[in-house]
Amino acid sequence: MAHTSIRGLRVAITGGTSGLGRALVGRLLDVGADVAFVARGRDGIERICREQSRAHGIVGDVSRKEDIYPIAIQVLGALNGLDVLVNNASSLGPVPLAPLADTECEDLERAFATNVLGPFRLTKALLGALAAAAREGGAPLVVNISSDAAVTAYAGWGAYGASKAALAHLTRIWDAELAADGVRVVSIDPGDMDTPLHALAMPDADRSSLKDPDAAAAEIVELIASHLPRARELEAAR
Amino acid sequence: MIPAAVAVQRPPDARLIVVDAAGHLVHRRRADFPALVESGDLVIANDAATLPASLSGIHVATGRPIELRLAGRRSLHPRHVDRFTAVAFGGGDFRTPTESRPLPPAFSVGDALELGPLDAVVRTIVDQPRLIEVMFRGSPQQIWEGLARHGRPIQYSYVAAPLAVWDTWTTIASRPVAFEPPSAGFLLDWRLIEDLRARGATFLTLTHAAGISSTGDARLDAMLPLAEAYEIPLRTANAIEAARRRGGRIIAVGTTVVRALEDAAAFDGEVRAGSGSATLRIGALTPLQIVDGLVTGQHEPGTSHYELLRAFQDDSVLGQMIAEAEMHGYRTHEFGDSLFIVRRNEVTEITATSDIRPGRLSAPLSGSGEIAGHSG
Repeated sequence: MAHTSIRGLRVAITGGTSGLGRALVGRLLDVGADVAFVARGRDGIERICREQSRAHGIVGDVSRKEDIYPIAIQVLGALNGLDVLVNNASSLGPVPLAPLADTECEDLERAFATNVLGPFRLTKALLGALAAAAREGGAPLVVNISSDAAVTAYAGWGAYGASKAALAHLTRIWDAELAADGVRVVSIDPGDMDTPLHALAMPDADRSSLKDPDAAAAEIVELIASHLPRARELEAAR
Repeated sequence: MIPAAVAVQRPPDARLIVVDAAGHLVHRRRADFPALVESGDLVIANDAATLPASLSGIHVATGRPIELRLAGRRSLHPRHVDRFTAVAFGGGDFRTPTESRPLPPAFSVGDALELGPLDAVVRTIVDQPRLIEVMFRGSPQQIWEGLARHGRPIQYSYVAAPLAVWDTWTTIASRPVAFEPPSAGFLLDWRLIEDLRARGATFLTLTHAAGISSTGDARLDAMLPLAEAYEIPLRTANAIEAARRRGGRIIAVGTTVVRALEDAAAFDGEVRAGSGSATLRIGALTPLQIVDGLVTGQHEPGTSHYELLRAFQDDSVLGQMIAEAEMHGYRTHEFGDSLFIVRRNEVTEITATSDIRPGRLSAPLSGSGEIAGHSG
């Protein structure tokens, strides 16, 4: 079934109990999307599900290979397919942030496991469903959450920046390769937001200078809406 | 023939025996499958992902261990996950061939089953001692979580290492509604799909909840396949009509696709979009109304898969095909070699079947010119 509005659109979001992810879950439910979200902690999931009875919470850690298929089964089972995947869960690597020379290899690995391998594995596991949505006339979309640290070499942000740069490049290659199957893959830099992740990275930041994650979530909802097929195109495609 | 024992979906040496419309046989590399597809053909695969449908647990009344293999569901609706048909086994695991597994305890209606985090009750006894209908307690969300985290893929005693979920999902796997993998689809990867399009063919899908292929119990196996829920998208239904109008062939990837399409067309010969439950048992006497060709695994006589092949070609041709596969050491079952069979051309049927002998086949060919044109 193809959607020409966000109402009824099937959206999965990782890292859905904190910061941008949590704001996105709320925004998307408000505009009528069917939402499944993934997070590591059951408590946080249950808290959101109490507030948002239509949200479908899934316990899982995208950095763990063994969790990917149980997550995929629950996403596809709950939503009966998938139109949009938002790979939002992110790891800073070392906390507090450290120069690369002081970064433990394990912290670098964790950043790549969460920010690169996790989105890669989950996208791959859900790609069949996304391609099916395209065959049924939809315009499936993968949104990978990026950062200006993926572009600019900020001292102290090595693990995070390098892994987000890898994700951004992966995004461009996925997008080129999947065009024929009707699946778009984009990345978006939501800006410096007032989120728990940012507080971990820069505890002394002036919070008033930071963007409200809800504003960033609204921009991502706009981005998703801008990729929806137009009703006329849909009719022609049949 | 010997079963393939290693869970590799696309072994580089996989082979394909081709039976054309005239009943001629040729050996090919399976990777050459796109070369057998012609411009205007419509290739349809089953995009069902596979549930980890094996649930281990305890029969509460007796305290005895059981394994339930989920085998059927009334619809593919995501909220309809409370009731399943299931085949029950006693203790032990997949290393014991199913035919040697102990029987489960005798079930009574209302018996409680503890299956990891899932609580179920026996709702109906369909066929003692193994075939039951169970009902899971809890919300659909809790049931999906229990299935996803506790379930394991149904295993095969001839595959040495335990299968993980990712071994059982085809590249195109979408909604998790199959109980065993629609394994003919293992030959597909994204590059091959691109190759099909480059040949001028159309690639589309349907979703069919493939059931279990064997229980190890001869009486139950004779009842297979059970009714299987399916859904045919509008675009697929429209493309079938368009392909038939232009004389393109409908090529099914897997027997489940044949079952769904022929079941959908059983009413008046037209495939309409929507959902259904495939109950048709396809065999020698079934007139195929939709499907012109089938790519599938290697299956031995006596199985329901083999019975279905008899709708495509005469027993004499199938006998030659089996003899050829035996002689060349084709591997059977989910991770084995494949077969591409085209529905017999009624006009050339008699001459086609009279001049084939085992051992007269050519070695793998590089061109596609050996394959006859459209059937029907």
